[in-house]
Amino acid sequence: MKRYVYINDDELSPNLYCDNRISNRKYTLLNFLPKNLWEQFSRFMNQYFLLIACLQLWPLITPVNPASTWGPLILIFAVSATKEAWDDYNRYLSDKKANEKEVWVVKQGIKKPIQAQDTHVGNIIWLRENDEVPCDLVLIGTSDPQGLCYVETAALDGETDLKTRVIPSACMGIDFELLHKIKGVIECPNPDKDIRRFDANLRLFPPFIDNDVCPLTINNTILQSCYLRNTEWACGVAVYTGNETKMGMSRGIPEPKLTAMDAMIDKLTGAIFIFQIVVVVVLGIAGNVWKETEARKQWYVQYPNESPWYELLVIPLRFELLCSIMIPISIKVSLDLVKSLYAKFIDWDNEMIDLETGTPAHAANTAISEDLGQVEYILTDKTGTLTENRMIFKRCCISSIFYGNESGDALQDVELLNAIASGSPDIIRFLTVMAICNTVIPMRSKSGSISYKAQSQDEEALVRAAARLHMVFVNKNANTLEINFNGAIVQYDLLDILEFSSDRKRMSVVVKDCRSGKIFLLSKGADESILPCARVGQQTRSFTEAVEQYAQLGLRTLCLAWRELDEDEYRAWSSIFKEANSALVDREWRVAEVCQRLEHELEILGVVAIEDRLQDGVPETIESLRKAGINFWMLTGDKQTTAVQIALSCSFVSPEPKGQLLLINGKTEDEVCRSLERVLLTTRVTNSEPKDVAFVIDGWALEIALKHYKKAFVELAILSRTAICCRVTPSQKAQLVELLKSCDYRTLAIGDGGNDVRMIQQADIGVGISGREGLQAARAADYSIGKFRFLKRLILVHGRYSYNRTAFLSQYSFYKSLLICFIQIFFSFISGVSGTSLFNSVSLMAYNVFYTSIPVLVTSVLDKDLSEGTVLQHPQILFYCQAGRLLNPSTFAGWFGRSLFHAIVVFVITIHAYAYEKSEMEEMSMVALSGCIWLQAFVVAFETNSFTMLQHLAIWGNLVGFYIINWIVSALPSTGMYTIMFRLCRQPSYWTTMFLIVGAGMGPVLALKYFRYTYRSSKINILQQAERLGGPILSLGNIEPQPRSLENDVAPLSITQPKSRNPVYEPLLSDSPNATRRSFGSGTPFDFFQSQSRLSSSYSRNCKDN
Amino acid sequence: MSPGAAEGGFETSSAATKKHSKKPKYSRFTQQELPACKPILTPGWVITAFIFIGIIFIPIGLASLFASENVVEIADRYDEDCVPSIYASDTLAYIQSSQTNKSCTKTLTVPKKMKNPIYVYYQLDNFYQNHRRYVKSRSDKQLRSKANEFETKDCSPEATVLVSNKEMPIVPCGLIAWSMFNDTYRFSLNDKAIQVNKKGIAWKSDREYKFGSDVYPKKFQSGVIGGAKLDENIPLSQQEDLIVWMRTAALPKFRKLYGKIEVDLEANEKITVVIQNNYNTYSFRGKKTLILSTTSWIGGKNDFLGIAYLTFGGLCLFMVISFIFLYVVRPRPLGDPSYLSWNRNPDGLLLN
Repeated sequence: MKRYVYINDDELSPNLYCDNRISNRKYTLLNFLPKNLWEQFSRFMNQYFLLIACLQLWPLITPVNPASTWGPLILIFAVSATKEAWDDYNRYLSDKKANEKEVWVVKQGIKKPIQAQDTHVGNIIWLRENDEVPCDLVLIGTSDPQGLCYVETAALDGETDLKTRVIPSACMGIDFELLHKIKGVIECPNPDKDIRRFDANLRLFPPFIDNDVCPLTINNTILQSCYLRNTEWACGVAVYTGNETKMGMSRGIPEPKLTAMDAMIDKLTGAIFIFQIVVVVVLGIAGNVWKETEARKQWYVQYPNESPWYELLVIPLRFELLCSIMIPISIKVSLDLVKSLYAKFIDWDNEMIDLETGTPAHAANTAISEDLGQVEYILTDKTGTLTENRMIFKRCCISSIFYGNESGDALQDVELLNAIASGSPDIIRFLTVMAICNTVIPMRSKSGSISYKAQSQDEEALVRAAARLHMVFVNKNANTLEINFNGAIVQYDLLDILEFSSDRKRMSVVVKDCRSGKIFLLSKGADESILPCARVGQQTRSFTEAVEQYAQLGLRTLCLAWRELDEDEYRAWSSIFKEANSALVDREWRVAEVCQRLEHELEILGVVAIEDRLQDGVPETIESLRKAGINFWMLTGDKQTTAVQIALSCSFVSPEPKGQLLLINGKTEDEVCRSLERVLLTTRVTNSEPKDVAFVIDGWALEIALKHYKKAFVELAILSRTAICCRVTPSQKAQLVELLKSCDYRTLAIGDGGNDVRMIQQADIGVGISGREGLQAARAADYSIGKFRFLKRLILVHGRYSYNRTAFLSQYSFYKSLLICFIQIFFSFISGVSGTSLFNSVSLMAYNVFYTSIPVLVTSVLDKDLSEGTVLQHPQILFYCQAGRLLNPSTFAGWFGRSLFHAIVVFVITIHAYAYEKSEMEEMSMVALSGCIWLQAFVVAFETNSFTMLQHLAIWGNLVGFYIINWIVSALPSTGMYTIMFRLCRQPSYWTTMFLIVGAGMGPVLALKYFRYTYRSSKINILQQAERLGGPILSLGNIEPQPRSLENDVAPLSITQPKSRNPVYEPLLSDSPNATRRSFGSGTPFDFFQSQSRLSSSYSRNCKDN
Repeated sequence: MSPGAAEGGFETSSAATKKHSKKPKYSRFTQQELPACKPILTPGWVITAFIFIGIIFIPIGLASLFASENVVEIADRYDEDCVPSIYASDTLAYIQSSQTNKSCTKTLTVPKKMKNPIYVYYQLDNFYQNHRRYVKSRSDKQLRSKANEFETKDCSPEATVLVSNKEMPIVPCGLIAWSMFNDTYRFSLNDKAIQVNKKGIAWKSDREYKFGSDVYPKKFQSGVIGGAKLDENIPLSQQEDLIVWMRTAALPKFRKLYGKIEVDLEANEKITVVIQNNYNTYSFRGKKTLILSTTSWIGGKNDFLGIAYLTFGGLCLFMVISFIFLYVVRPRPLGDPSYLSWNRNPDGLLLN
């Protein structure tokens, strides 16, 4: 359970633990073949084909040469294996790059550079500023006299702020020169993947101090793949290396996602499989009966009278082999192939490039693009996803005076500037708090301009605004803060930081004015955590109003406060604080408690309002996606008022007369239950009305609702098209995704920060916005886009096309396989039900792989039923994809019927046209085969909506290719087909037969299609026609709002209803790590809701379906 | 494919305007903007297409039917007639006995003038040459060359024969060869024999390649006798009856070429045929028919193509009429956006 790391001991450690070689590879050269084969054969379809291929090795039952199955099977396996091998090779290359990076390590007391992969547990590793950490280290020294260093952990947890790490107390004060020689032992747990925990002990050996055990925490470590920042150098002892690091352990291969269409294809494959078994059993019995009654009389067949035990099985097995082509062997490979192209189309799309940053869209998961077209619910984060996450200081209220109300920008408010110029003390204090009550680190670039490294966007916004208001935070040097106010430098000593925590919802600093020696406490935080601490006698009413007013405008608010401290008071407090800070048990709680003692009697200085602007095109995007029938849920950690305002401003919910917001709140179970039931009732009542009903729920109520009233909540979730969930934690976001998924909805989660990762991974489709909160979300997502507005194009254009094309390709694959299989079945009726194959091995082998694949592949890559413009104008058309209108059992039945009809056409015409003296086996087989090929070319052509040159080339070129291949085969004397094709092509009757097959096969199809196109036209058809005829295709009047029925017995709940303030959530720094860490009750397992929810879900589906 | 289809120009054109350095290379393919033509099924062109098909199909049908009608064919089923009446109840005994007289004389009347070459076929009914057990029972390698004499693994149960405790291969092996048809016909007109040319009845490619000129029949029909015997002194490549027989038929009713008569036959001439009725089709109630037929550009007498073409062409024209009728009775403007449910239903609720 434990490992002992001997520091700097070259003899002991190296062999015990693995070296620092990182390996993300799935395979090695040796195990590639067995492992890959094993993986491929764990799929049912492949097992099936292998079984068929093995059965074919038995000559007694095989109707054709075994090569006809082995060939395609091996080809398909080779393609999959090559793809895997290529991916693995790329992983190997990137590993190699990481492994060969240069690291400075102490060896035999001397620092020398070695490759990263050669470092071992126990080595002392030196890092310089901006180095990437090669493995998990326990810090033993830094350039900072206090033993601090800063690390950026974005690669690990997605948080872009800098984190402070400190060396253990035992190493404090060890001389730089002596660090080489340090010896000791670290007792630490075995590798795990918890990046927030490291419970270890350090014992240094003499001569370094004494033998005392020094406890270590995660704060004493720097983990692999972090970056060292703002610190000249640091050194540490490697404790976990290679794949055993925290990073390495948490690296998992994500579960492959299965799309709705995959599931449908599997279902259809299952159905076909059952059909096949039925056919085999029926024909097998018929064959045996015919054999006993008829074949025994056919003396030339010479059936022996005595037969082995398995004789009864022979005929059914032969039919099994004949019918095995019913399940198209190539469907998986063709789907993979076209889907990877769809993904490429997303990567290539010029219109999805974020012009500001130049980031193109990227599809990391190439297998699920058609699911984009079937999205029913979008769950979106707010900050950074809908908004730009670029915080801008907009307004403030200082001692009851509102600034920036007229212009909307306090920075340009003349009154404020004047007040600053006049040096009003309140305002100066306000600005000082803005500038230094934070953990921001100013960085001076070479050109002299100052940039800020901030933990949160809010703090950065405040510091920047202060700088614009002439209060420039210039420098932070160890514990000295330098401010430049109107050209005068003011210095403060930073005495203590009372850190932000999610429970406290505020942070404070204690500083000492260097000139006057006075000590101040500066605080900032959410209104509900600052205002109660106000000094007795101060009127806080105006601030409450200010907060309310700002929140209604959708602004984020913070209250600023300060207090002057007595020297004695501070000193007394300071010692308790230090003690609490070094507590080993309950440290966080105790620190909070101590902080509380100082943070009272505050003088409230004012309220700042920070704006987080909406991204471009968000309202339009949401509007058209809602028109497309997609339901939106907003999940945010922000507070309710802000969330509602943002929701209103991005047309997430309609304003009052048309829309209605229903609040679910309450602190106790009862309250929540009542509230939930009321909302549910209202929703049920209004469901039939054309009205936007959205419910708003906060995290606390949500937790109760999910725990105790799940059924009601699920019903509400199904009924309601819009929801706003505020103050929810990452795990609750994931829970909600899970909830919708369990109701059989296709969900898409979109977010930008580390706190969205769980929801993104949980959803059917995860979309990450590569934004300012780092790339964490984008990296975990299936698709990453630069801006929210690209979602529209991603879904409506790419998703929709992918769905349509995949639907066509998969059904067509079944069609062509069934076609040839039906012909074989029909032929068995005129060949004594003995299982003779009409087609020869070459034809069967080439049919799926060569003759019929290219046209459909090209078409399913290029076909566009409607132009992009039309789709974007009529997002409603997406409904066809959502409801699965293009691939479902009934469309499949259509294709099944078509293949049956075509098989009859080909078969009947062939056996009648080639009767009597022409009924030669090889000839007839080629006539039937060419009939199939001709028909399939025309079927593809008929199903194509837009012809490009490439499609013409593929369809008609393939037909020519068929003849060329067969002429070549016919020219080889050793084949059974020798001269056959030349012979046929010289016969006029061959060509008239083909002509008749095409006419008879396609005529009814064309007539039916025309009839449906004109008299039963689908919306797609109408739009196609409108598009072609250039008619008015703009939607007509859906603009006038419906008169709303007012007599609603449930009164509309106003959003200004007094909200219950619960002490659990903090909106202040919604992106801080603490916020992401809170989770509710270990994710209640979703033991899915039974019949009722199903019923109601199918009810709502039915609404859409008819 | 659509006569009325122009080059569709509905691509969104805004793409080309923006440029950025990080853009992937612009191409019409990557942007999915290849110029495309988008045909739609307007009544106009669907009706035109059907008229066009009808107009093409009917003449082809007429031509085929005419050609087929011009073929003169004499068919005479003889399997029942050639059994003496005393054996009528036990045809099997008759055909299997070596004592009975198998020859049988029939008279055929020429209905119309038949120009040479006149093809003589035998037609078998209910004979499954396509039965899996049968169709696989041959060895193409053995037929092709003397060196492959022992390649008989597919030929069971007619693969080898025991000669003094040694397995000797049968050449040609397999059920197909073993069961070769062995009725013979002799034609005479007014007591003057008509020559039947049996050279060149098999495919040239078969004679030259599939059946070796150095392969001679060996141990053939040495056990149970199935069908015809072969002259062991003639190489397989010249045994044309065998070659014809071994081109297996795909249907249980098939004709195989017996020979060619290279004189014209006048109408109402009476031809006498002496049939050696050896082949056993009685056990499975198969029919045997003798066919004399001329030929045309579509082959022998087969009305199917002609009738099918005429029927289908007629159906097309019928469909044209009904489409026009429907179009007149229930005209339906194409692409009318008012048919879009969300335009009728202002809130975009998809309840149609």
